[in-house]
Amino acid sequence: MEKGSNPAIEERKDSVQTKGETKMQLKCNTDSVAGCVSQRACVYCGARVVLNPITDAIHLVHGPIGCASYTWDIRGSLTSGADLFRFSFSTDLQEMDVIFGGEKKLTRAIDDLVEKYHPPLIFVYSTCIVGVIGDDLEAVCKEASRKHGIQVIPVQSSGFIGSKSAGYKAACDALMRLIEPPPGEIIEQDKTINYLGEFNLAGELWIIQNYLKEIGIDINVALTGDSRFETLKLASKACLNIVQCAGSMIYTAEQMKERFGIPYMTVSFIGIEDTSESLRRIAQTFLDPEMMHRTEELIQEKTAAIAPEIAFYRSKLQGKKAAIYVGGGFKAISLIKQFRELGIEVVMVGTQTGRQEEYETITDLVKEGTVIMDDTNPSELEKFILEKEADLLVGGVKERPLAYKMGIAFIDHNHDRKHPLSGYAGAVNFAEEVYATVCSPVWKYRSIMTAGEKEEKP
Amino acid sequence: MSIQKENYRNVSENPCNMCMPLGGIIAFKGIEGSMTLLHGSQGCATYMRRTISEHYEEPIDVASSSLNEKGTVFGGEDNLKKGLDNVRLLYKPKMIGVLTTCLAETIGEDIGGITGRYLQDRGLTDLPIVNVSTPGYGGSHSEGYWHTIYRIVSSLACDRTSHSKINVIVPHISAADLREIKRMLREMDLDFTLLPDYADTLDAPYSKPYKKIPDGGTKLEDIRRMPGAKATLEIGLTVEDAQSAGKYLETEFGVPLFRVPLPVGIESTDIFFDTLKIISGKAITDEITRERGRLLDGMFDSHKYNFLGRAVIFGEPEQVYAATRLCLENGIHPLIIATGSRSKKLEQLLHLEIAKTNSATHGYDEKFIIMGDTDFAHILEKSKELNVNLAIGHSEGKILTERADIPLVRYGFPIIDRVGGQRMVSAGYQGSLSFLDRLTNTLLENKYRNYRQTMYGKYYSVSAK
Ligand code: SF4
Repeated sequence: MEKGSNPAIEERKDSVQTKGETKMQLKCNTDSVAGCVSQRACVYCGARVVLNPITDAIHLVHGPIGCASYTWDIRGSLTSGADLFRFSFSTDLQEMDVIFGGEKKLTRAIDDLVEKYHPPLIFVYSTCIVGVIGDDLEAVCKEASRKHGIQVIPVQSSGFIGSKSAGYKAACDALMRLIEPPPGEIIEQDKTINYLGEFNLAGELWIIQNYLKEIGIDINVALTGDSRFETLKLASKACLNIVQCAGSMIYTAEQMKERFGIPYMTVSFIGIEDTSESLRRIAQTFLDPEMMHRTEELIQEKTAAIAPEIAFYRSKLQGKKAAIYVGGGFKAISLIKQFRELGIEVVMVGTQTGRQEEYETITDLVKEGTVIMDDTNPSELEKFILEKEADLLVGGVKERPLAYKMGIAFIDHNHDRKHPLSGYAGAVNFAEEVYATVCSPVWKYRSIMTAGEKEEKP
Repeated sequence: MSIQKENYRNVSENPCNMCMPLGGIIAFKGIEGSMTLLHGSQGCATYMRRTISEHYEEPIDVASSSLNEKGTVFGGEDNLKKGLDNVRLLYKPKMIGVLTTCLAETIGEDIGGITGRYLQDRGLTDLPIVNVSTPGYGGSHSEGYWHTIYRIVSSLACDRTSHSKINVIVPHISAADLREIKRMLREMDLDFTLLPDYADTLDAPYSKPYKKIPDGGTKLEDIRRMPGAKATLEIGLTVEDAQSAGKYLETEFGVPLFRVPLPVGIESTDIFFDTLKIISGKAITDEITRERGRLLDGMFDSHKYNFLGRAVIFGEPEQVYAATRLCLENGIHPLIIATGSRSKKLEQLLHLEIAKTNSATHGYDEKFIIMGDTDFAHILEKSKELNVNLAIGHSEGKILTERADIPLVRYGFPIIDRVGGQRMVSAGYQGSLSFLDRLTNTLLENKYRNYRQTMYGKYYSVSAK
């Protein structure tokens, strides 16, 4: 095995570095290297992640069945009303459609769905082959909108046109078409705010919504967690956009700023420190001393309430080492801080789609010797987990079995989780999960390879 | 008996199947030292790895040629070659499987040509590359699985030198079922080549240090020598001739082919052992006979409970056929038999099966519905209509529980909302009994949960009024 932070593949050398060893910029936001077993998904996936939580929309995948199968109800976004978004619709393209084109089939599919479900909104996602066979999605959707009097929005998410981030952008384009008021209509601004890049996984939106309500701020609409056609239509009435998952929704924030003059700020509700800090910064924009006061009170009260629990977990976890491999940069940054709150040091951190400025923040935050990487693969994960002697890995479904096979703890930080990790409530859940996995009795057997062997001294 | 057939629909609602390359990945996982590369865009590989990982709880490393816009327009040869280079460097595989995806097929990539040139360019003489055309739109994962096995055999099997082993070709079943089949073959004192053998690669024991390519799998040398085998036992009645590796070995090399159903249930398991007896001339052991007796004993014990069962069965054709037979021989009514695949064979087999049952003394008077190439929107609708009280199939059937309160006994692939799908035994006499117990107990649980309330609602209110 090669030493240091050098991956085995020459082309990956600039995408991996160790803090303190190298000074150049980390290479990111590029295509995955062929044959490297990237953990990244595709454009369609990125677009679907962003739009999927819109609860009363039909999400129709124009393409072969697989793309739709693999994304059927795999995310943990919750709804307070409609649940049409949990169904998987696909035009299930066949060989004949590939040869003769799928436009007619798409039109008929939309007709059928409108008749059966009467949705106010349909998103039509294009997949790899649609981009190649050249179906005119735009035209079909336009005609369907006209015919049925509802909004049918194409999402240009052909898999090969880029990585997951390209899909975020495609979704943001689709959202802007939705948000844009009809010509002539003026939407008055009020004192509410929008919450961008929040997908209401396991009710996370609701948790933050409650905090904000307590300090006197109402959320107009979240993009896109638990949102509906009607509420999204009024997105431009907010006076501020707060952006959580910046990787996915910064485009929309930028566009809304330009188009409607709505300012935005990035926030994070992962971990105690970030939650408190975000609440403060949001409240500050309202220039209301009374509100600031309520905010401080809330922070005080909530932090105090969970302090004993956090202290308990900290006492158990102090000194452990964590490796992080997650989708976006904001999450990685918050996780580094959150681990610190628990006395855990991060020794390896990477993301699938982190942006340059996020990697700079990460580099500032971590200690010397920490490995930082973009778009990594199982071989590198394994190598650095071993070298850095990590006790746990944070990641998604694909990374989990690798951690367990290596005999280390694992934290699920993906979109299909069933428990919230946001806000103060989420901070406790997170600490509890880390404790549950790191301190599980099972690990004491990891060095005993056969009956009769004695347990190693730790 | 009635048959509902749907050959055309405009939209699929909640799919019951996955796409071809996924089946191919699983087949390649069963070959020793092999690594798989998907020629297409990055996302396909990631989705499939994710789904397989969730079921098997194993790291599923599948490379992708990560085609981008340029590769799509000008051809993906460079990407594919670079991908192969990197796979060799990172994994040092003994064999590489290259599967196509929708994208590669649509742009008309000639993978045979590319991989051939690649081996020549790099001067590689001892690294087999098996390429398989698996357009996602060409069929379900089930077809992808069979077709890949066919391609593995037709690309690698060449040595006619005769030996004493038999070839055993298996459908996509749990890793534990593979182990059970191996145990039964050993119990019968047979020497065999099992293909594909992912019993250890997709259900690897914890060991140190971690291995990127886990131990196990069918040996390449054994595959090479399949033409010299005494016979081929192909487990799978639904496989089409054109996709059948057993058929290939028979036509090309004259290896006698014995096709049997998946040994689930008493009749199919009897056929399995009977065939082994014919092939080997060896007697069935006492141990196996005792196992059979235990299954019968269990069937008699629970037959009355099973008669309450009104089942919907769905999944890959071979599994669906197996579960249907198990139901039929135990008095569970398989009212809806569904698959997302397009399988003419399954339909024919089911006709025979049901006709047989109808003519028997304990004939069912219910109607059965067979649904091919279907989706869960249809399955759900029919299940409600026919008052189904038991669902048998993979995890996606959870929608039946959620929307119609029908309990789901998980069987097949994928099982992603429960642990242990890979460890579930349903084959052989012992496995069948544990499968049957799972079905019976689900019916019982339902009964105990509801009977007080049902009786109260049915009778009390009437007399009290
Ligand atoms: S259906 Fe085609 S494009 Fe979709 S995941 Fe399968 S192979 Fe890839």
